[in-house]
Amino acid sequence: MTKRDLFQKAGFAMLGLCMAANVVFLGAILWFIASRGLPAISWEFLTAAPRDAMTAGGIAPAILGTLYLTLGAVAVALPLGVACAVYLTEYSPKGWAVNLIRISVNNLAGVPSVVFGLFGLAVFVKGAGFGVSILSGSLTLGMLTLPLIISASQEALVAVPQSVREASLALGASRWETIRKVVLPAALPGILTGVILSVGRAAGETAPILFTAAAFYLKGYPDSIFSEVMALPYHIYALMTEGTHPEAQTRIAYGSSLVLLALVLAMSMLAIYIRQRQRRSYHA
Amino acid sequence: MLSVTLENPAAGAPSGAVILNAGGTAEGDAVGVEPKISARGVNFYYGSKRALRDISLDFAPRMVTAIIGPSGCGKSTFIRLINRMNELVPGTRLEGEILLDGLDITGPACDAAELRKRVGMVFQKPNPFPKTIFENVAYGLEVGGLRDRLALEERVELSLRKAALWDEVKDRLRESALGLSGGQQQRLCIARCLAVEPEVILFDEPCASLDPISTAKIEELILELKRQYTIAIVTHNMQQAARVSDRTAFFLMGELIEVGPTGRIFKAPRDKRTEDYITGRFG
Repeated sequence: MTKRDLFQKAGFAMLGLCMAANVVFLGAILWFIASRGLPAISWEFLTAAPRDAMTAGGIAPAILGTLYLTLGAVAVALPLGVACAVYLTEYSPKGWAVNLIRISVNNLAGVPSVVFGLFGLAVFVKGAGFGVSILSGSLTLGMLTLPLIISASQEALVAVPQSVREASLALGASRWETIRKVVLPAALPGILTGVILSVGRAAGETAPILFTAAAFYLKGYPDSIFSEVMALPYHIYALMTEGTHPEAQTRIAYGSSLVLLALVLAMSMLAIYIRQRQRRSYHA
Repeated sequence: MLSVTLENPAAGAPSGAVILNAGGTAEGDAVGVEPKISARGVNFYYGSKRALRDISLDFAPRMVTAIIGPSGCGKSTFIRLINRMNELVPGTRLEGEILLDGLDITGPACDAAELRKRVGMVFQKPNPFPKTIFENVAYGLEVGGLRDRLALEERVELSLRKAALWDEVKDRLRESALGLSGGQQQRLCIARCLAVEPEVILFDEPCASLDPISTAKIEELILELKRQYTIAIVTHNMQQAARVSDRTAFFLMGELIEVGPTGRIFKAPRDKRTEDYITGRFG
């Protein structure tokens, strides 16, 4: 065996080891959460509201709250983000201004989530007067996920070949018709990738909803977008930090974690399913 | 191999070949009939780079005009002026006029989208939309405002038949166009263009990425289509120009060197540069 072969073998071995480490970590987390969370899961746990000072009962309001907030965030960020990406890639003249916006958007992705929380408190809760509500929380989470949607959409739009745009224009379509009927449908799978990432991010964040949407404990369910909600991440946080009955509540916290994981996974699967269907119909 | 012989190698000297269009390019380009398209004194610039120099060229109705010349000679740039596709490139400038049925199409008075419905284009690489075969052909019609399902289906079938593709795709209209072979994709692009019922079709090296059998089919189709449409075809392939065109124009470094009946251009080019190019001495 030559020296080169040896180096190659060693290199691949290293890469394999790193990969294995990842799998081990991921497996450990899943196993840890599942093994502690599963005993807490029951029909009542998933469908009932908490009772007895959150030491018993279920987490249904928190599940529902997280669903509302996540869908709300996507509803805010998807149209805004796609519109922004379309403008940047299709309309705006190339130059320093566009580059500056692009850099700003990428930097926005690096802003700590608690800062978004404070921003949401100042602008949506107080400034706009939406109060601590689903609306304020969705808007705040939407702002947080906007950079993900914008950059995924931009990449997807840029990947649509110029020749396809030319084909549409050459048939007498306007630029707007070209974007709406050809470019956006072709870019949709890539845009949905951004949505998948956003869903995971929005569902899991605690800090941005801390001041804008989440309630420590609610007996009932929200009745409008101006209601406060319980949310899974905050519920877990509350149980683990401010609980009065650690044994019972730790168990519920692990159960909630497992449900949160499953929820994010389910929403991602849905988006992946839509993406696959799109790909099948559009790309051979 | 090029199947034409040079009867008279001396450049510029008239030969015994049929000459419908006596004279060089200096006196413009009379084709004997009212031209469908007429370019007059066209200069075109990419930034400060002059890509076309004082081009005057006519396209006769229901004839195929081939534009030949080496890479970078401006032939694609030139035909893309006829449907104003070059406008999409920032920093370009056009001088001179291009008339379609006697009306100038270069100014703001002419709507580019309307113009492109009258002047269709088939591109170098097949560029079907990532949509179904049916949607591809129906696209231009829907953009044009046709909504009626039955009328759409009729026009799609007719266009696919005209493009000699119907029999191959009639059972898979709802499948993705990207599943077709390269040659089929190019015929689909032709069908898509025909559906809009243009008057002129511009072919920009339509066979550049196709195999010989697909190329033969496209050429057959062009000969069929010229009975109804005015056709301009840019090609690298001189045999192709000889096979499909009635008139040939030779471009070199942004200039129109010579134009005339295809037979005459290949048999008895008047300019030394044309002769050098078609005999393969450069390009």
